Amino acid sequence: MARAAAVVGTGQTRYANRRDDVNIPELAREAASRAIEDAGIDPRDIEAVVIGSGPEVFEGVNRPDLWVGSALGQAGRPVTRIQTGGTSGAGATIAAFYHVASGLHDVVLAVSYEKLSDGIPSYSFSTLSDPFWDRGFSSGAAPLVGLQSCQYLARHAPKVREDHGAMVAVKNRKNAMRNPYAQLQMEITVDDVMNSSPVASPIKALDCCPLSDGAAALVIAEERRAKKMASRPAWFAGLGACSESPYAPNIDMAYPESCVRAAQLAYQMAWIYDPVRELDVAEIFEAFSFQELIWTEALGLCNPGEGGRMVESGVTAMEGEFPINPSGGVLSANPIGASGMIRQIEAAMQVMGKAGAHQLPGVRKSLAHSWGGVVQFSTVTIFAGEL
Amino acid sequence: MIEKAKESPGGGPVDEVDGELHISYRQPYGEHYGRFYREMCDNKRIMGVKCSKCGAVLLPPRPYCGFCYEPADQWVELADEGTLKTFTTVYEPCVGEPAVQPYICAFIMLDGAGVHFPHLLGEVDPDDVEVGMRVKAIWAEDRKGTLRDIKYFRPI
Repeated sequence: MARAAAVVGTGQTRYANRRDDVNIPELAREAASRAIEDAGIDPRDIEAVVIGSGPEVFEGVNRPDLWVGSALGQAGRPVTRIQTGGTSGAGATIAAFYHVASGLHDVVLAVSYEKLSDGIPSYSFSTLSDPFWDRGFSSGAAPLVGLQSCQYLARHAPKVREDHGAMVAVKNRKNAMRNPYAQLQMEITVDDVMNSSPVASPIKALDCCPLSDGAAALVIAEERRAKKMASRPAWFAGLGACSESPYAPNIDMAYPESCVRAAQLAYQMAWIYDPVRELDVAEIFEAFSFQELIWTEALGLCNPGEGGRMVESGVTAMEGEFPINPSGGVLSANPIGASGMIRQIEAAMQVMGKAGAHQLPGVRKSLAHSWGGVVQFSTVTIFAGEL
Repeated sequence: MIEKAKESPGGGPVDEVDGELHISYRQPYGEHYGRFYREMCDNKRIMGVKCSKCGAVLLPPRPYCGFCYEPADQWVELADEGTLKTFTTVYEPCVGEPAVQPYICAFIMLDGAGVHFPHLLGEVDPDDVEVGMRVKAIWAEDRKGTLRDIKYFRPI
């Protein structure tokens, strides 16, 4: 049986299009130091370090853990690096949780980062996929999600429309105005999104996340230490991770099985039967606006085809019955390898009551989701304020 | 692998350096790709392999079914026409892109296949494309044993 463990401290950097004042280890250390300070511990209390970051080609540094680890106090401690694309950061948190839940370590630091401005992200995207198969048709992230979004809209038309995606973009950029770390803080309209330049149909410029530099970190502790370190720790109540193949028979990008199953695993572990009633808020990985609708359905927060209604009726707004991405989400900042951990940090902060200007009242349970690859990798983490 | 780092000239502190990576790879096709591309090149045929357990015809061809973890060793010829599963019209340039913008990327379910086939659509206005429409492969004259042995798919 796994030991109880909780997030006791979190740290984020400001997310920016270009951080030219720091190199990669300095960027990662900035977030790590803030998490250690937030937990109110001495760096020497950390027993193990887990690092998450995206494909090495993003920054052109192979085995970055050799370079970054020493900035995070890895000396004399075990270090692990996780790389599963967009789920890298969330995967690092999950690996750090395993360290503590297993009983092997009491206090563990998880750090994730991406410094996309150091390289040319579209070069990196062009090296993904099977080199003998679809790499020749690789056109970057937006066309891939364009294919996913088109399939989703075609299935649920006219119930879900293109402007439902625009509503997500408007909502999340507005939420970001209350998040001091967000990169894009914008008051825009549905018309602004609909009239923005086409990228990969149905995706338009304002449906897209930005490219970001940034890092995030959190400290996880076992029960006894967690209760001393934090007045209200964010307990890990449920975890689910699932992967699938992009070349699987009948793969369904509009209702991805990896996401459905990850959610089911997490709900089962957290004893959640009716997620939208039992959870108070969700932070989900919407790199492109339509994905918020797709993941909302796959996470079981509404029925398939109801994603559009969720945003149009205001249910998922900051003031709604079930707020989604009060931080502004990935649409407001996307340091890819860190974005999954940022969702977890934001979900944990809501439970801890430390989300500042975008804090929601009375959050008892929260959900964090992440997405990586085509639809191969999905993670779901559920935090609770009570053990 | 060659890695170069050029330092900025001048007397003050160096703020940034330019780095480059040039890496070449030689990657074996494995058991199945060779036959698949030979059939495309020589015979204008698209071949899949059938999972011995679930019976799905897999693309790209591979000697195992990743879902059943069972061998997939029976070759099956697929039609060079099928149904459009999804598409996107791409307007933004990208490294390694397959065509000049705007172009249409598509996932096509070939008749008889269990997995979609990634390719381009041609001879059609993006506004006229609809999910579910029937499409057919237009083969290249000069074939070299790649997916580009098909120029694109066009609506039937």
